Amino acid sequence: MHWRKSWVAWLYLAPALLIVTAYLVYPTLATLYYSFLDAHGQQFVGLENYKWVFTSSAMHVAFRNNLLWIVVFTSATVGLGLVLAVMADRVRYESLVKSAIFLPMAISFVGAGVIWLFMYAYRPANVPQIGVLNAIWVNVFHHDPVGWLTNRSINNFALIAVGVWIWTGFNMVILSAAYKNIPKELLEAARVDGATEWTIFWKIVLPLMKPTLAVVVTTMIINVLKVFDIVYVMTNGNYGTEVMANRMYKEMFHYYNFGRASAIAVVLLLAIIPVMLVNNRRFREQEAQ
Amino acid sequence: MVTRALRWLARLPLHVILIAAAVVWMIPTVGLFISSLRPPDAVMRTGWWTVFTHPFDFTQFTLQNYIDILTAQGMGRAFLNSLIITIPATIIPISVAAFAAYAFAWMDFRGRDALFGIVVGLMVVPLQMTLIPLLKVYNHLGLAGTYLGVWLAHTGYGLPFAVYLLRNFFGALPRDLLESAYLDGASDFTAFFRLVLPLSIPALASLAIFQFLWVWNDLLVALIYLGGTEKVAPLTLKLSSLINSLGQNWHLLTAAAFVSMAFPLVVFLALQRYFVRGILAGSVKG
Repeated sequence: MHWRKSWVAWLYLAPALLIVTAYLVYPTLATLYYSFLDAHGQQFVGLENYKWVFTSSAMHVAFRNNLLWIVVFTSATVGLGLVLAVMADRVRYESLVKSAIFLPMAISFVGAGVIWLFMYAYRPANVPQIGVLNAIWVNVFHHDPVGWLTNRSINNFALIAVGVWIWTGFNMVILSAAYKNIPKELLEAARVDGATEWTIFWKIVLPLMKPTLAVVVTTMIINVLKVFDIVYVMTNGNYGTEVMANRMYKEMFHYYNFGRASAIAVVLLLAIIPVMLVNNRRFREQEAQ
Repeated sequence: MVTRALRWLARLPLHVILIAAAVVWMIPTVGLFISSLRPPDAVMRTGWWTVFTHPFDFTQFTLQNYIDILTAQGMGRAFLNSLIITIPATIIPISVAAFAAYAFAWMDFRGRDALFGIVVGLMVVPLQMTLIPLLKVYNHLGLAGTYLGVWLAHTGYGLPFAVYLLRNFFGALPRDLLESAYLDGASDFTAFFRLVLPLSIPALASLAIFQFLWVWNDLLVALIYLGGTEKVAPLTLKLSSLINSLGQNWHLLTAAAFVSMAFPLVVFLALQRYFVRGILAGSVKG
């Protein structure tokens, strides 16, 4: 079409290519290089930093928590999103319910952090509780107040709950669109044949939504691998709540160990690549439908 | 009559669950908002839900927390900084991406598809992968702690997704329309500005809302590149430092959090339709 003027195309592309080279390509290669150097980026240390990443107890905690986030956060946001999408489809005030669930998407993780620090607020047993969670726990269930963010057996779940509160609406919106795309005659025909709503959901709805489900699941996993803000704001990784991204930040700005921080970043990238590949393939399948 | 009542009863759990979910999702934000309007001693002494014991007693509310937070605590300055950061950091990447997306969709050149694949593939790179080298370069060039540095960083991070979204949208425009424009002698420049951009307003709007919310709500980029520089700190950065300095001063913290949320909430509620469309068009953001 415009072969002779192909230099014009490069003119249109130049700003974008320059910027992604400077901000994504170069830094990625540089970080890869730094990950083989010592803390100050001067001496070559081989695989020392990677050895630390996979053997230190600090990183083990981070890996464990990222895994916990992946399992709990992903199943909760996708499960709740799916159930709410299907249920809301049956009522007249659908858009109202969906807006309420979707609203936290507009709130920053820092803002959500303050909101939930306040929800989880702890006061001693002898004064009135001002946090909703402890008020219910103390007044309705008659237990001693709980330090939701300091108690090591529950604090990771308390942080994950904040993420679920923010992201469920995102999945709900995507899954709701996919659900509405299912031809209603198909469901009607099954009902006429005497199938229960439960059977219809498991045998017809779910299989048809599989490509979309795969997209949201992989999108959530990628999100969670990079989770940083919620942990940084609410516990700063204390009391056993550290995650990879948070640890990387600490290695950078508290310990000034650029070698280790770079190695964590590389591991993060390597973890994301396969998930992204699945995500892309499924996304194309879903588009093709 | 009886069957109708039965059907209504059968649907009751559905209504209960949906309304309960909506209420549970609203409680945290409502609690924050109410607390931000209560005097300090009330916030510390009783739960925010106690205001409902006399809901029409408006003397239990005050705007003093907001006045304090905007003036004495510097949230007013931070709000301004957020605007100064967010507006260019939304416009620049979308403009740059639009030119590139047009080239990828409607121009022919060697290696087009491979190059597009590479640019989109960069969505896989997590921010974390870029922080250390860029910070070193920024310190060297004096870009750390400047608005320009943050605008460009957000541009770099937002570009792959923006190019991807716009390329798909531009590419789906009717071929005949553009071909006939070219035949009538329209240059690429004319076709881009007179045809493609006006026809793509919905996609540009979705992308703008995405990028706006992303930048406004960002903490990490601001933390790294603006870190120690108080006078250019946006709301998120300011709020996260207030969490440490204000500790248990909930009346101020809640007001500060609400100030940081107010603008995106308004934008979001007004333009929700475009936002949803953007999500559905490309559910992968790096």
